[in-house]
Amino acid sequence: MITKTVPNVEAACEGVEDNMTLMLGGFGLCGIPENAISQLVKLNVKDVTCISNNAGVDDFGLGLLLQKKQIKKMISSYVGENAEFERQMLSGELEVELIPQGTLAQRCRAAQSGIPAFYTPAGYGTEVGEGKESREFDGKMHLLEHAFEADFAFVKAWKGDTAGNLIFKGTARNFNPNMCGAANITVAEVEELVPAGELDPNDIHIPGIFVQRIFKGERYEKRIEQRTVRAK
Amino acid sequence: MALSKEQIAQRIAKEVKDGYYVNLGIGIPTLVANFVRDDIEVEFQSENGILGMGPFPFEGEEDADLINAGKQTITALPGASFFDSATSFSMIRGQHVDLTILGAMEVAQNGNIANWKIPGKMVKGMGGAMDLVASAERIIVAMMHTNRAGESKLLKECSLPLTGVECVTKIVTNLAVLEIKDNAFHLMERAPGVSVDEIKEATDGDLVINGDIPEMVL
Repeated sequence: MITKTVPNVEAACEGVEDNMTLMLGGFGLCGIPENAISQLVKLNVKDVTCISNNAGVDDFGLGLLLQKKQIKKMISSYVGENAEFERQMLSGELEVELIPQGTLAQRCRAAQSGIPAFYTPAGYGTEVGEGKESREFDGKMHLLEHAFEADFAFVKAWKGDTAGNLIFKGTARNFNPNMCGAANITVAEVEELVPAGELDPNDIHIPGIFVQRIFKGERYEKRIEQRTVRAK
Repeated sequence: MALSKEQIAQRIAKEVKDGYYVNLGIGIPTLVANFVRDDIEVEFQSENGILGMGPFPFEGEEDADLINAGKQTITALPGASFFDSATSFSMIRGQHVDLTILGAMEVAQNGNIANWKIPGKMVKGMGGAMDLVASAERIIVAMMHTNRAGESKLLKECSLPLTGVECVTKIVTNLAVLEIKDNAFHLMERAPGVSVDEIKEATDGDLVINGDIPEMVL
């Protein structure tokens, strides 16, 4: 058995440098790699490009990297809910590339699967399609979109084992599985880390082959962005 | 009387058929779930990764790992499933989702839609809207007929940056139900007590009126 465990978040983030491109899983604040983000803040790496569906809120998630001006460019589908983001974007300090959410997911998936590019109808005829190759299939126009290239992917799973196998929970799954194996090094943090053999192979969402480093994350805050309830 | 947002949702709910998988956008579309007949089977998809989305949880039962695309805490109904984002958009792009209901800032008479960006204002992003409108078999736009300045949102051509081209076929507003075909808006139903003239007045694009236009039944 091949072991993927590293002792802690410091070891998990070894090799992250300025100017790198990083993928980060999560949708809003749901399923974000909280420990890796804290460590990136600590390492104070600068001018990184982040591929992430959202950009966190002012004081949590990727908002923490924005506060320290560590991000040069964000590649996202939706970046509301973040005042510091807005300030940096409007002042030109932060470069932002907005792309359709399904295209974002599929560009991760393509990178994971060794597919250099694919056609999708999303964004055809809009500014997203400007300068991109287009082609008609079955009477409908499509855009050519390319696989992402990234140095690190930071993902968060619910359970994992020492072989790097991962199981996600609820809608915290989102982009996390698609980013595994989509970068040169995939770092998975999990709430519960068990010895290989304890997870039923039938239950594995992402096989360990897509993961290079795995560690047990500490003190998950799991902040809720919009707490909505109904009366009993 | 023009419809309230709830009534727009109530009218759209009548378009939801037995066996449909439905994606609801943020705003008025979210309200549609409250008005779907309970004698039909419908499943709601949220593009962040759930099919079989249920209502908000009871207080104290919120789960940070269970949210909708609006980042609100939700519940999962019996038969629900969770999946990753690429799978979610396979459902959408692959036309497995039967109906998409979303809001808009502008709709043009050729079916173009703009709902993600206002030049000069903070751009938040398109999220999944471009994927949804580019692929959905059936799209219903839920919106007010005019904007806050009183200007028509049903136009000859969109002035705002587009979300998708030639994709909208049906619109339900506070004044009317309209269909788009042959490069024009076709008036199908009026809101109770709203005259055809009022709808004409509020519509900037070409409006086709064939015979007597019935009042909507909510």
